[in-house]
Amino acid sequence: MELELTPELKKVIDGLSEKHSGNVVNVYQSSGDTFVHVEADAIVEICRYLKEEHRFINLADIIGTDRFTSRERFEVIYNLVSLRDLQRLFLKVRLEEENPVIDSVTPVWKAANWFERETYDMFGIRFEGHPDLRRILMPEDFEYYPLRKEFPLIGIPGSIELPSSEPDKE
Amino acid sequence: MGIESAMGEGYLTTKLDTLVNWARSNAAWPMPMGLACCAIEMMAFAGPRYDVSRFGSEVFRFSPRQSDVMIVAGWVNYKMAHAIRRIWDQMPDPKWCIAMGACASTGGMHRCYGVVQGCDNFLPVDAYISGCPPRPDAIIHALMKIQDKIRTEHSVMLDT
Repeated sequence: MELELTPELKKVIDGLSEKHSGNVVNVYQSSGDTFVHVEADAIVEICRYLKEEHRFINLADIIGTDRFTSRERFEVIYNLVSLRDLQRLFLKVRLEEENPVIDSVTPVWKAANWFERETYDMFGIRFEGHPDLRRILMPEDFEYYPLRKEFPLIGIPGSIELPSSEPDKE
Repeated sequence: MGIESAMGEGYLTTKLDTLVNWARSNAAWPMPMGLACCAIEMMAFAGPRYDVSRFGSEVFRFSPRQSDVMIVAGWVNYKMAHAIRRIWDQMPDPKWCIAMGACASTGGMHRCYGVVQGCDNFLPVDAYISGCPPRPDAIIHALMKIQDKIRTEHSVMLDT
């Protein structure tokens, strides 16, 4: 399919395919947004390149997805915004079900800290090199990853403690 | 002893009960546990249009030690449940609890892993209000039900 790119984004895609051609798997567009599927090993390198060369200084979000497929089950999506060119770009990597680990982008954007903690909390995707990888929403002793597809919608009874109904007992 | 022989068994304590219950039921100060959108309707309930001061409950106290009725307004998640229970334990007896709206009563539309399916799982609730969110009239109705409940309690005789 022919890509309909703005001049700024065209420069970005051309730069990526020139400098990181081995790491770009696929480029496609959906609903007016541009997605670049890249290799998981090169994520920090590519993010640093986009930030320094193309001024994607704003990391708006990091999203996890459970595709529930036998291969490359998990997906991590990085939502980048260039405030100079007013462009938005999505980076996408895929991870295997066994041991989903990816390098943290906190050295590039400090904002990645809580986004990565949330993705870890909900999907169990671990971010190598993250300064403080703890759960952010669920209680710290919670044992499951609630947005994985096999987790029941209503939760697992008894997995989170309710307060004691007698005072002065914790 | 002398009074009871003149007026009959239990006369004084019954009359005292009525007096104490009258005073208590007309000054039930709410503890506003506003957790979600129901809190907006709870504010309307205290405001001039619905004017709950007609029922003596206009004094919203943000200290649990000065309040009588806890209004749980909104959905309760598991992390917040511990804080709510702690505040409830700090309220002095006698105390009452209103579960306001579908979420506080049953979990409502939040049928998911993070939300307690009804705050009666960890609180003794006296009145449930349906609605999402309920109208301020409905909260006044629940308050009046609690006032009826207070008026039939044995407040003094319980102590003897």
